[in-house]
Amino acid sequence: MTREIAVVAFAQTDHRRTSDEHSEVEMLIPVLHDVLDQTGLKTSDIGFTCSGSTDYLAGRAFSFTMALDGVGAWPPISESHVEMDGAWALYEAWTKLLTGDADTALVYGYGKSSPGSVRDVLTRQLDPYYLAPLWPDSVALAALQAQALIDAGETDEPALAGVASRSRASASANSHAQLRGSVAQGDYVVRPLRTGDCPPIGDGAAAVILAAGERARELCERPAWIRGIDHRIEAHSLGVRDLTDSPSTRLAAERAGAFERPVDTAELHAPFTSQEVVLRKSLRLGDEVSVNPSGGALAANPVMATGLIRIGEAAARIHRGESDRALAHATSGPCLQQNLVAVLEGDAR
Amino acid sequence: MPEVLKAPLVVEFPFTRSLGPVQSAFLTGLRERVVLGVRTGDGRTLVPPVEYDPVTAEEIRDLVEVAPTGTVTTWAWNHEPRRGQPLDTPFAWVLVRLDGADTGLLHALDAPGPDAVHTGMRVRIRWAGERSGAITDIACFEPYDGDPSEPTGQGHDGRFEDMVTGIVAPARLDYVYSPGRAQSAYINALAEQRTVGERCPSCRKVYVPPRGACPTCGVATSEQVEVGPGGTVTTYCIVNIKAKNLDIEVPYVYAHIALDGADLALHGRIGGIPYDQVRMGLRVEPVWTEGGRYPEHYRPTGEPDADYEMYKELL
Repeated sequence: MTREIAVVAFAQTDHRRTSDEHSEVEMLIPVLHDVLDQTGLKTSDIGFTCSGSTDYLAGRAFSFTMALDGVGAWPPISESHVEMDGAWALYEAWTKLLTGDADTALVYGYGKSSPGSVRDVLTRQLDPYYLAPLWPDSVALAALQAQALIDAGETDEPALAGVASRSRASASANSHAQLRGSVAQGDYVVRPLRTGDCPPIGDGAAAVILAAGERARELCERPAWIRGIDHRIEAHSLGVRDLTDSPSTRLAAERAGAFERPVDTAELHAPFTSQEVVLRKSLRLGDEVSVNPSGGALAANPVMATGLIRIGEAAARIHRGESDRALAHATSGPCLQQNLVAVLEGDAR
Repeated sequence: MPEVLKAPLVVEFPFTRSLGPVQSAFLTGLRERVVLGVRTGDGRTLVPPVEYDPVTAEEIRDLVEVAPTGTVTTWAWNHEPRRGQPLDTPFAWVLVRLDGADTGLLHALDAPGPDAVHTGMRVRIRWAGERSGAITDIACFEPYDGDPSEPTGQGHDGRFEDMVTGIVAPARLDYVYSPGRAQSAYINALAEQRTVGERCPSCRKVYVPPRGACPTCGVATSEQVEVGPGGTVTTYCIVNIKAKNLDIEVPYVYAHIALDGADLALHGRIGGIPYDQVRMGLRVEPVWTEGGRYPEHYRPTGEPDADYEMYKELL
């Protein structure tokens, strides 16, 4: 690898159940300005801009073009968009910086789940032949995975409730989180998953700035260097996969160098409690690792920003000196179909 | 702040897909109450079948018939069925490994309650009364305590009479759309027959309609500015094709109109003048209908045409 690239700034909204009073760009602008202010950069200084969002949340074609009003796209800028979580936009920006075509990148992800029904919306990402006509919603698919884990003896309902309460307790220290403190485990949504096992539905946005080499040191006192980043995918069909494991996460982690040395922090994109069980196993995380100190996706799940927030939260801990080597994970698709792993490090102190 | 505007928004479309040879055979088979799988290079049988081996990515086409009976490999109790799901009474989502298959098929299981369902239970397909060649030709699964039915594992050429070559999967999503602060203010002003834009604090340009951000500077806008009512046609086109459900005689003129005080042209229809007399620089004003929430069209004011230099930056 020829260039070192770091996350030098991170910002996010206060994630909330609804944000009717703001359009997407109105929700996004404060976050974009926050990361620019942290670095002292102006929009015209940014070498590459990349975003992640989805038309299916907005209910409109090419909805990301409206959000571009927030980045100052005149005179023309170098810009790209992924119809995925912003974590994948960050991956694209990282490759762009690796090529040397840019020294800084602005990455953002956003989603408003409140206008529609996110459980139904997410059925439209399923294969249109065998799955989508049955409308199996995101909770139902996660519940199938949870039952498979319970049958395999990997967890049980009390253990899942423990994941939920630990996450929301951790989120008490996170002013941006939507669900914080003690949250009732509640009734079954789709058995075996209860309300408490599921993420809150809400609106939100996040942004990070990446910078290469010396530029990163100029912009940030303790840059969060991306030591490795990789993403992998497995079969779309749930019946082909072993739902109790995530080989794609393990492979991505291996390629990102996660297993070379222990990490002290892991920010995992696990919208359902049961998925944290799978990810801990795949990533070989022991109890000594601080998992989701931010509260994770169970505390705030702005779809299309949640994965980027994991990278941002991991980086912010390095910026603050609370972590020296952190792992960040993002997912997309049903039951952890696609997984991205990044390993971030601060300079030795 | 005035009440935030909201309106229902329905996105509905017939998702029309063509099928490859394997999916065509599988879905036609369902219509004929025959379940086909596909054999992979390592000898596994995938049901539902795919055209490419998920491990090696090799093209696979070796079809085999599997049984309509099978075993639940995992399940989830759905006590509140949602629109479009296979059953409208409480049911279990199940992955079922059909006898003769090595992978699970996702569908619904009709069972009296969660206590009647467990991993490892035996089930069989309940066929839909009317079948068209779609995954919904399987109405659902039902508990079954008989023997595995034959045949299983027999090769199949995948040929049936009148093959299904495509599917239409209707999709509908319901939203409640909110335009946000800036656009709500614009729409509310229109209800009072006023046109309101927002000025960028940085470049001082006035955007109409406002979207809450200056697309050039990338900063939030908030200073409201009333513009118009008069404006100038900056460019236009003549529409010769009648739009569906639109009660306007063709040809008519659709124009970009720079309202006085605005730095961005909006668009509207030009009326009150023959279509072939509309020109760049024509001065126009909005025409409101009784109770209308936006100008029905724009008509000439009778003023002299604007000088090109005055609006060339707004083209």
